[in-house]
Amino acid sequence: MKKAAAKREISFTVNGEPRTVRAYPMERLLDVLRQELGLTGTKEGCGEGECGACSVLMDGMLVDSCLVPVAQAQGAKVVTIEGVSRDARCRALQESFLECGGAQCGICTPGMILAAAHLLQKRPKPTTEEIREGLSGNLCRCTGYMQIFEAVAEAARRAAVR
Amino acid sequence: MAGRQGEHIIGASTPRKEGRDKVTGRARYIDDLSFPHMLYGATVRSRIPRGTIKKINFGPGIAWNEYVVVSAKDIPGKNYIALIENDQPCLADGGVNHPEEAILLLAHPDRHALAKAVAAVEIEYEPLPAVFTIEESERGDTIIWGKDNTFKSYRIEKGDVDSVWANADYIVEGEYFTGAQEQLYIETNGVIAAFDAEKGIKIWGSLQCPYYVHKAMMALLGLPEDQVRVVQTETGGAFGGKEEYPSMIAAHAALLAMKAGQPVKIVYDRAEDMAATTKRHPSRTRHRTAVSKDGKILGGEIEIVMDGGAYVTLSPVVLSRATIHAGGPYYWPNVRVRTKAVATNTPPHGAFRGFGAPQALFAIERHMDKIARTVGVSPAEIRRRNFLKQGDTTITEQEIREPIDLAKLLDRALELADYDAKKRRFAEENKRSACKKGMGIAAFLHGAGFTGSGERYLASVVGVEGRADGGVRVLVSSTEFGQGTNTVLCQIAAEALGLPYEDVTIAQPDTMVVPNSGPTVASRTAMVVGKLVASAAQGLKQTLIAAGLLRETCTAEEFRAACREHVATHGEFRSLANYESPEGIFWDDVKYRGEAYATYSWAVYVAEVTVDLTTYSATVDDFVAVQEIGRVMNPVLARGQILGGVAQGIGFALYEKVEWRDGRMANSQMTNYIMPTSADLPTIRVYFEELGNKHGAFGAKGIGELPMDGPAPAIVNAIEDAVGIPFNRVPMLPEDIFAAVEHEASLAGVR
Repeated sequence: MKKAAAKREISFTVNGEPRTVRAYPMERLLDVLRQELGLTGTKEGCGEGECGACSVLMDGMLVDSCLVPVAQAQGAKVVTIEGVSRDARCRALQESFLECGGAQCGICTPGMILAAAHLLQKRPKPTTEEIREGLSGNLCRCTGYMQIFEAVAEAARRAAVR
Repeated sequence: MAGRQGEHIIGASTPRKEGRDKVTGRARYIDDLSFPHMLYGATVRSRIPRGTIKKINFGPGIAWNEYVVVSAKDIPGKNYIALIENDQPCLADGGVNHPEEAILLLAHPDRHALAKAVAAVEIEYEPLPAVFTIEESERGDTIIWGKDNTFKSYRIEKGDVDSVWANADYIVEGEYFTGAQEQLYIETNGVIAAFDAEKGIKIWGSLQCPYYVHKAMMALLGLPEDQVRVVQTETGGAFGGKEEYPSMIAAHAALLAMKAGQPVKIVYDRAEDMAATTKRHPSRTRHRTAVSKDGKILGGEIEIVMDGGAYVTLSPVVLSRATIHAGGPYYWPNVRVRTKAVATNTPPHGAFRGFGAPQALFAIERHMDKIARTVGVSPAEIRRRNFLKQGDTTITEQEIREPIDLAKLLDRALELADYDAKKRRFAEENKRSACKKGMGIAAFLHGAGFTGSGERYLASVVGVEGRADGGVRVLVSSTEFGQGTNTVLCQIAAEALGLPYEDVTIAQPDTMVVPNSGPTVASRTAMVVGKLVASAAQGLKQTLIAAGLLRETCTAEEFRAACREHVATHGEFRSLANYESPEGIFWDDVKYRGEAYATYSWAVYVAEVTVDLTTYSATVDDFVAVQEIGRVMNPVLARGQILGGVAQGIGFALYEKVEWRDGRMANSQMTNYIMPTSADLPTIRVYFEELGNKHGAFGAKGIGELPMDGPAPAIVNAIEDAVGIPFNRVPMLPEDIFAAVEHEASLAGVR
């Protein structure tokens, strides 16, 4: 990890709360979330933006927090798994992951839930192809993805019924 | 039978015990834990495949006094990772035998300071000649292990194979290869170690087998049993990749923690995990088979060679499973199987879901298609004519006692895949298209539990504990890493006691708390450990009945009341169950003959594939997986095991290729080692048959590894069906398909 500059104060909103951290500007948002802010629900899988385990929402966009220098989060609204878990729609998604077998070892699950929540926000009634495509940045080694697709489709169906 | 609700727990999709913590991000994995004054550890590794270490220089620009440095001379006990042969050092002492071999350990309070320090250690080597392939190892020009580079060999002789060749209508020969495969659990390997002069060493880690680590720490640190404590933390995938390797990383963290007097965490980054830790053994298999004109196997010779890497580690056991699965699900009146694992100067290959069987089954299932073509019958028909049936004996002369009907499994799979109609349609369509479509079949079996006498040697012990609140807790060293151990073992205890699922919990695996129920490997947990859980649970109930607190027929509420009373009166309330070898199980370790496994799971898979002859990429369009697994304990989890295993099998066949450069993995990144994404996989259709199994809890057999065995041969059989070229290896990436097609075209030109 290159630390070109000295530590400085960086302020952003995490899960609705304003936070200020002292960090090297090029430090990864992932490390700041996990180590400085104790939000360990966001996981590291590969450290190079391939696996999506570190997915968080930044100003409504799904990003790999291992690729985001924390300086870039200045003034941003960041939402992690700990934050979306307070949202009723996301809780429904979590329930359907539980029922459909969408989580096995669980290490990709927080990132996958964020990707799915992000997808459902854009497409409340996604087709199977849209789910496939929407989650293709998030790798899962356990499930073969099918029960994850089913969980997302089920959550969408229930939201539509409600 | 107690409470009604209990009767429906087995066979129901009860929710994953630790599922809620996982979907909310609350589950704590090793890298989520932190201790006061904790240091971070890193490993200085060999950059060469083989040589002696001449000198170690600590380069400039690093405040070395801030670092804890550990070398082999800091090891208080034996410098090896205790496993089978104990030949793998914990830290290189004088020489190295593979790239990435650990030489020195560093620890520092700032994890970001370590990479620079690791890079600043300069090691001067005197290189020695090295071997990198099975063929080089066999040639023996350079001996790197023992007398002849052979870690282990096995031989099976059934009947009189030398007598079959004279009467054979056809003699079919083939040679098949499989590549290394990375387990690629999304959570990399990691441990934390803390040392206390009085209490000894405590290890927390992402691991499958707490007692393997326990045994390794005792030998390495020279500590007695009660001064080694190993705790499994939530584990983010393992697939065999956290069977033996955690002993190594735990050893490193423990040595640093002892020297530092502070807790030390080591978590590998992805590149280190991929380059330095174990992978699936590469293999080469040769078949020579005598076949009658009506397509019956008369006999054959099978030779399997596996690349074990630089140290023995688990190769003898992996090779054993490959040996026993060499004949596939077929009847061989006469057979000779010779197998060996050889040494190369690569990091040791190790456990990975399937454990030798995928290699052997890839070969026999490709070979069956070759036999079918030679004889002039269909791939389905050649299998039907040779399937093992009840009463037949396997290649180890084990009688098949269960009423398995493989022809029925095959018929069902073909019907579900719409095999015949699609074959006809593709034959027509392929004439007019650059996208060639094909269908492929694989039929196979997977032995459940440890090989041969393994379960007897393991002598597993399981506990079930009655709690003060009237609930019960399962005590096992069997670990959860996604496959559903927690859930299924709790279902079994609940079913056995007639309690609601919610009344049963399971202890975090901790060698101070749980007995040794054996390693969590070999598809043994639901079947073997599960049966012991049921038995220990029954023991709890019998104690309550004997104490006059409970009647044989009781409700869940009565059980809870009796349990509460027993704990209030007597304190700790535990029932233990010990493994007992079933009667009629005999195994000869020398002749490799007898009951190789207590039971087998059986399957027929069908793959539909498209090969695009413009891009040379192959994709799987449809996949049907039919299997007999004894009893489906939890439908959602069971289907999840098959789906995930098939996905890994598709990766093994079409995507995942380790690029070796002088014994070192050159593509140790997720960017260039490609596993299937959600956009790459077909709809995988999963179907179960249930014959039960008297050796398993409520009829369970092994399930976890089975789905790894079938996809590669089914897919490559389908690729051959599509393009008419006999491919003999996996993985088959576009460049490999291109090369084979070009090679075939050049041969056609010569002809």
